[in-house]
Amino acid sequence: MTDFPWLTTIGAVPLVGSVLVAALPRRREMLAKQLAMAFSLVTLGLVVAMSLSFEATSRAQFQFAEVHEWIPQFGVSYALGVDGIALVLIALAAVLTPVCILASWHDADGGKRSVGIYFALLLMLETFMIGVFAATDVFLFYVFFEAMLVPMYFIIGSYGGPQRSYAAVKFLLYSLFGGLLMLVAVIGLFVVSDGGPQAFLFQNLLALDFSTNTERLLFVGFFVAFAIKAPLWPVHTWLPDAAAECPPGGAVLLVGVLDKVGTFGMIRLCLPLFPDASRWAAPVVITLSVIGIIYGALLAIGQTDIKRLIAYTSVSHFGFIALGVFAMTTQGQSGSSLYMVNHGFSTAALFLIAGFMISRRGSRLIADFGGVARVAPMLAGTFLVTGLSSLALPGLSSFVSEFLVLVGTFSRYQAAAVIGTAGIILASLYILLLYQRTMTGEPNEGTSRLRDLNSREAWVVAPLLAVIIALGFYPKPLLDVINPAVERTMQQIGQTDPAPVVPAAERSAK
Amino acid sequence: MSHLATLASPLAATAFTTPTIEYTQLMPMLIVLGVAVLGVLVEAFMARPMRHEVQLVLALGGLVAGFVSVVGLAGTVNVAAEGAVAIDGPTLFLQGTILLLAIPGLLLCAERQLDNGGPFASAGSSTPGSQHERTLTVMGVTQTEVFPLYMFAVGGMLLFPAANDLLTMFVALEVLSLPLYLLCGLARRRRLLSQEASLKYFLLGSFSSAFFLYGVALLYGFAGTVRLSGIAEAVSANPSADPLLLIGTGLVAVGLLFKVGAAPFHSWTPDVYQGAPTPVTAFMAACTKVAAFGALLRVFYVGLGGLAWDWHPMMWAVAILTMVVGSVIALTQTDIKRMLAYSSIAHAGFILTGLVATGARDATSGEVLGVSSVLFYLLAYGFSTIGAFGVVTLVRDAAGEATHLSAWAGLGRRSPLVAGVFALFLLGFAGIPLTSGFTAKFAVFSAAIAGGATPLAIVGVVMSAVAAFFYVRVIVVMFFSEPAPEGPSVAVPSVLTTVAIALGAAVTVMLGVLPSQVLDLAGQASQFVR
Repeated sequence: MTDFPWLTTIGAVPLVGSVLVAALPRRREMLAKQLAMAFSLVTLGLVVAMSLSFEATSRAQFQFAEVHEWIPQFGVSYALGVDGIALVLIALAAVLTPVCILASWHDADGGKRSVGIYFALLLMLETFMIGVFAATDVFLFYVFFEAMLVPMYFIIGSYGGPQRSYAAVKFLLYSLFGGLLMLVAVIGLFVVSDGGPQAFLFQNLLALDFSTNTERLLFVGFFVAFAIKAPLWPVHTWLPDAAAECPPGGAVLLVGVLDKVGTFGMIRLCLPLFPDASRWAAPVVITLSVIGIIYGALLAIGQTDIKRLIAYTSVSHFGFIALGVFAMTTQGQSGSSLYMVNHGFSTAALFLIAGFMISRRGSRLIADFGGVARVAPMLAGTFLVTGLSSLALPGLSSFVSEFLVLVGTFSRYQAAAVIGTAGIILASLYILLLYQRTMTGEPNEGTSRLRDLNSREAWVVAPLLAVIIALGFYPKPLLDVINPAVERTMQQIGQTDPAPVVPAAERSAK
Repeated sequence: MSHLATLASPLAATAFTTPTIEYTQLMPMLIVLGVAVLGVLVEAFMARPMRHEVQLVLALGGLVAGFVSVVGLAGTVNVAAEGAVAIDGPTLFLQGTILLLAIPGLLLCAERQLDNGGPFASAGSSTPGSQHERTLTVMGVTQTEVFPLYMFAVGGMLLFPAANDLLTMFVALEVLSLPLYLLCGLARRRRLLSQEASLKYFLLGSFSSAFFLYGVALLYGFAGTVRLSGIAEAVSANPSADPLLLIGTGLVAVGLLFKVGAAPFHSWTPDVYQGAPTPVTAFMAACTKVAAFGALLRVFYVGLGGLAWDWHPMMWAVAILTMVVGSVIALTQTDIKRMLAYSSIAHAGFILTGLVATGARDATSGEVLGVSSVLFYLLAYGFSTIGAFGVVTLVRDAAGEATHLSAWAGLGRRSPLVAGVFALFLLGFAGIPLTSGFTAKFAVFSAAIAGGATPLAIVGVVMSAVAAFFYVRVIVVMFFSEPAPEGPSVAVPSVLTTVAIALGAAVTVMLGVLPSQVLDLAGQASQFVR
């Protein structure tokens, strides 16, 4: 069974589904939806089956590895494989896609655009997301990294809100700019590599020694692309526009999974390939992350548009993730990896529930809501739970990861950790204020007839809430998978955790 | 006196040796030019109703036979025809490319379903707007003289990259240019614009030919020969840079850079591309570029390779300027054909970054990266560009092709397939992975970095981003805008245009997904015979 090409199969299933759904005649909308749902569920099933045979303690860095020659002239192979971090992110994508498809059941209805194409694009996006997490060849990673843009661009541009065209182009240009910088770095990496038909394999690149300057330049090329993708402050401005204009299902995949490619790229490519340059850049990245945490939170507090608010909370959370990655401690990186998953689920739930609410009221403005808890208690309740997860309430999933990140950062960058912690306080402000303004009080004219969640919507929210609560109480299964991968990364960058310092006063007292 | 004696001695020699001509090695050119001559005879002796079919079959047959004979010659390395023609890897690869590209180009030219009587004026001699013209139009007369003209142009293009001495190269330049000047002026619609394009192209083309010829004369003055290998020897024998050599190099470069459409010699491109009949634009954009880059490679690698340090700064400047001018000015264009013209200028700049990498060689195979990357890029770009112009011929309103960008609004809604294919070509031009454009850009930029021209590659990548903006803008217009109520419709073409566009799309995807074989071929074909 070990020879079975798990990853290729998992990537191919949604792609086949995408082609089939797109090829359906325009009138068969229901069939298109059911087919898309079926294909995404099959993919999820395959991912679950693969995860069961994943061995956390394995010595090989990448499991389920496949390596085939692709373009030997450029040193490019078709190489896939997963470590713990990649596995949990693939699982995240595989869970969120069917959830999004179910949540978007009626999003494309009634418009002039084809319904089938929307679902075909979602499935195509799933293929590329799985590909980018599974690629162990840097060139292949780049190909998926860029290819992801195309379906996302059309999802925003064709099915988005009133400003969709502007948002789609802004999204595409930011991403293309980053992608092209990364392309220069990829080409540069090829030129300084040993060449040969497998030059771009991650394992072969690890062995390279660069001159200081080369390494720093290459690092910057990759890092800027990832920082735009993640996005980190100050290159985050595309995210609120894109997320606000995107249909809710697309926004979930955009913020929940697509953006994780940025932080995943940092931990998978930037740190191991360019360890010295990463250490050189760490203070800058830490500073940017801390600014992002505070800045994103402050802007979230000031938003009047619900979707933009959620997008800004993500800017703040991505600050935490980058902070943990570049703190270069085991706890920090484990926390960040876990945070990627947790943030995926809690933001997905926030976006989807907010999306249900917005589609009922027909407005994205906070001021148009009020008293929703009276008329739609289930909607308000689930929204509160996910909101509390987003502000890292103990017992809900984000708490574990945020705590790990801050502890991991504190042992090396105390000031950054202290300021970052203030982000948690701001987080409770933006979430609770949002809840207070929209859900509590007397229902107004627009909200007094709001329907509560119907059964389809409840089915969308239920699995997400279940995951949020389960991982909040018992994150061990995920951490068991993530930790070996993080330890390996720490070895590759030649970094050890700083020894805990016992305060002098305590020592003398003994 | 001694001078006179040396001059007189060849004349005094009485015995005349017949030159040996390797006919088999010249076969591709002979076939194509022979078909062109046959085409003239068909025009003279065959009844009008029959001509179109006969000419089309003849020309297609000629191109296919030419391609077969190129394939048959694969691996040949020889200087043929008493040193006038070099048959080597780059020659054969480029000849094969030109012949392959000429086939879809020809199919576009032969399309008669889109416009009653085809894309060409019924008679070039009829005055635009005259009664004579109207009569011919009503009769639906088809212009068939374009076929022999087309084949003559292809013949010149085949010789251009193969020419091993500068005079042969000049002859090839004229053979390929003169039919093109005529073809540009033969559009059926908007004839004055077309004739203006033709005249502009002719005048500027003649200037550039004169520059080229003057440069050849100066190089002859320096080296005492027009043979490229002779010039190379003279260059290595005279390490100090002779003004004759430098000025001659510059002037020859002007002539060749004009043909590839590099800045600052690009100003003809937008007007000519816009005015010429779209099938001819497609043919020029693809095939002329291939031939001219082939000649440029041969002159600068074989003849002036020893002078690389002196011409590198010039080529750097031209490459950067070309990329910047092409990409930036394209941003402001509102006409699809003009936008594609500026995009072709930008692509000429990208190709030049590969050409500059003279020193880059693959350590194991000895492949000359500068040459192989340019060869691959030309093939990839050629097919995408023919396909893209093919799509342009389909979007029509009552006045003919609707080339204004605003007319394309909402095309994706009305004809998703056509808009989707055009989007594919645009993404290819923009260099998105899994399209041929990406592989090609990767090839030239990695050659440039390996050849020590990292700044060029960085400018290239930045300009790719700028270029992506205007390609994306067209996609936005096609897919995200509301269709105009009185907008143009997408005409249903005959099988000819369909095949041409499908071929372009297939190659664009194929060279993006599985480029390995063609890259290998280009790598093997990267050695010039000296």
